[in-house]
Amino acid sequence: MPEIRNYTLNFGPQHPAAHGVLRLVLELDGEVVVRADPHIGLLHRGTEKLAESKPYNQSIGYMDRLDYMSMLCNEHGYVMAIERLLGIEPPVRAQYIRVMYDEITRVLNHLLWLGTHALDVGAMTVFLYCFREREDLIDCYEAVSGSRMHATYYRPGGVYRDLPGKMPEYQPTQMRSAREAERRNEARKGSLLDFIEDFTSRFPGLVDEYETLLTDNRIWKQRTVGIGVVSPERALQLGFSGPMLRGSGFAWDLRKKQPYAVYDRVDFDIPVGRTGDSYDRYLVRIEEMRQSNRIIRQCVDWLRRNPGPVMVENHKIAPPRRVGMKEDMEALIHHFKLFTEGYCTPPGEVYAAVEAPKGEFGIYLVSDGANKPYRVKIRAPGFAHLAAMDEMARGHMIADVVAIIGSMDIVFGEIDR
Amino acid sequence: MTAKAKTPTERLDGLEEALREAFAGEGFDVVRSRGELNLTVPRDQVLAVMRRLRDAPEFRFDQCIDVCGVDYLHYGCSEWATGAASSSGFGRAAAREDASAGDGTRRFQAVYHLQSVATNTRLRVKAWLDAGEPIVDSVVDVWRSADWFEREAFDMVGILFAGHPDLRRILTDYGFIGHPFRKDFPLSGHVEMRYDPEQQRVVYEPVTVEPRTLVPRVIREDNRYQTGGDAASG
Repeated sequence: MPEIRNYTLNFGPQHPAAHGVLRLVLELDGEVVVRADPHIGLLHRGTEKLAESKPYNQSIGYMDRLDYMSMLCNEHGYVMAIERLLGIEPPVRAQYIRVMYDEITRVLNHLLWLGTHALDVGAMTVFLYCFREREDLIDCYEAVSGSRMHATYYRPGGVYRDLPGKMPEYQPTQMRSAREAERRNEARKGSLLDFIEDFTSRFPGLVDEYETLLTDNRIWKQRTVGIGVVSPERALQLGFSGPMLRGSGFAWDLRKKQPYAVYDRVDFDIPVGRTGDSYDRYLVRIEEMRQSNRIIRQCVDWLRRNPGPVMVENHKIAPPRRVGMKEDMEALIHHFKLFTEGYCTPPGEVYAAVEAPKGEFGIYLVSDGANKPYRVKIRAPGFAHLAAMDEMARGHMIADVVAIIGSMDIVFGEIDR
Repeated sequence: MTAKAKTPTERLDGLEEALREAFAGEGFDVVRSRGELNLTVPRDQVLAVMRRLRDAPEFRFDQCIDVCGVDYLHYGCSEWATGAASSSGFGRAAAREDASAGDGTRRFQAVYHLQSVATNTRLRVKAWLDAGEPIVDSVVDVWRSADWFEREAFDMVGILFAGHPDLRRILTDYGFIGHPFRKDFPLSGHVEMRYDPEQQRVVYEPVTVEPRTLVPRVIREDNRYQTGGDAASG
């Protein structure tokens, strides 16, 4: 009789279900996982060290590239840390714009998560539906920043510019007939806010559409119910945050509990799971999309009614206007100093955390009074979640590992940094 | 478990008082700045303090949000002395001698960010470590989430965590030498990698990148910040 022994399997780093560059060393007993050892760092770029070698504002773009599925939420954490260090407060309109874009980002992130998670588990259609809606939201990114993904839109002291009054429109091409272009342009005749409002009125129906495909789907439930259960105590012990913590039954959301920007002025609810399994986390994220939609709608209404500045008028931190620079010597000097040297922050340390779509995204900033941060530590939510992989996967079948990775919503940009 | 309608400031006041009462000994320090509480702890007592912070009813820090290491080697060093005229221009900005802080007893700091879901408060705990033997007790037994965070602090800054169950490198390459987030580790690193077609494998070689500084690091005396940084909001 042959000797029975455990089988060690290498999952990734180029596995399509590994969501990027995860190398997972699985020790198997038959098909049951005995030990899961994630090897990470294949996407390590040394973002923190790079940020230490650059003036504060030049690192905003790096933040987009951390969790490259929730770009503006990362930026929000970073600029908030700088603002706290400097002791400045951005104008209210800028804060509403930030909240609106944070929620757009959350929907973007959850759509990608839903599509890929469902794809991993075997449902192809959801993926196509989700990417259809992502396109509209990415257009909102593009309209405001010129970039479809890596917006670099927030600045310490506000946002780079106000919302545009006109939405870019499609042109007919060889691939797209004039009639098709016209159909797509219907919602784009007005301003960006009109376009977003149109989206918010369509979106709840679209979420229903995803739910018809999954929520009561027998196969989906077989693959997710009771998989990767995390008890409330373990969720705290393992440092979970965001939907992972809420899925285990804590009504914990930094937007409510430690409100930043204008989250205390908008109305929304926190969805909470009960059993802490993959299916509950799915339900939590679906509901979060609906709640985000509510917040976006409220921000649109407020932004319509309240024009105003979107950047502080302190030209030691924010660049002066182009027009002013033509005739004002002071403005020219400010501009020159700001773009050659940057601004110095008072010495000290600060930790700013935002509720990113994946959980608590924090920036720990140490300053010694220079124009560059002395130390930046990025607290990525996915890092703590992936660390729990071993505990969550143990005792499950190998096919469930994919469902667990999917329900964690991990992106390697932020884990490896 | 709501926080009884207390404002964040009141919660912080209560916590500050409790901290001052509980940790009054030699080497302890409680500082409140920018609405955040910092507790400095002597390094041989880190584990005991952490257990108390988690279990004592007045603290109840049930989550360890983050652990990281900070290297204070170049803290307060400016690369750009604007006092005298320059003869060599930009080049001198890259040159820098190690102005290590004193005798090296305060070179590293292990920084822990704790959060209490029960009371909705946050706390930063810091412990100074010396340059020679940067060892501190691991808190993995207190909070499981510290596992990977400590591995990262070890990998990046070279802080050793005594009692950690599996202190391997985590983010750097297999077989990596050095601790990249130390301040004496160059930004461009020490080795570079390429595929060698003759040996038909990947080879490591010393870096060919010249380190250069695009924007020098300057520290400006700014009298707006002398009073505490409120003047900037005007």
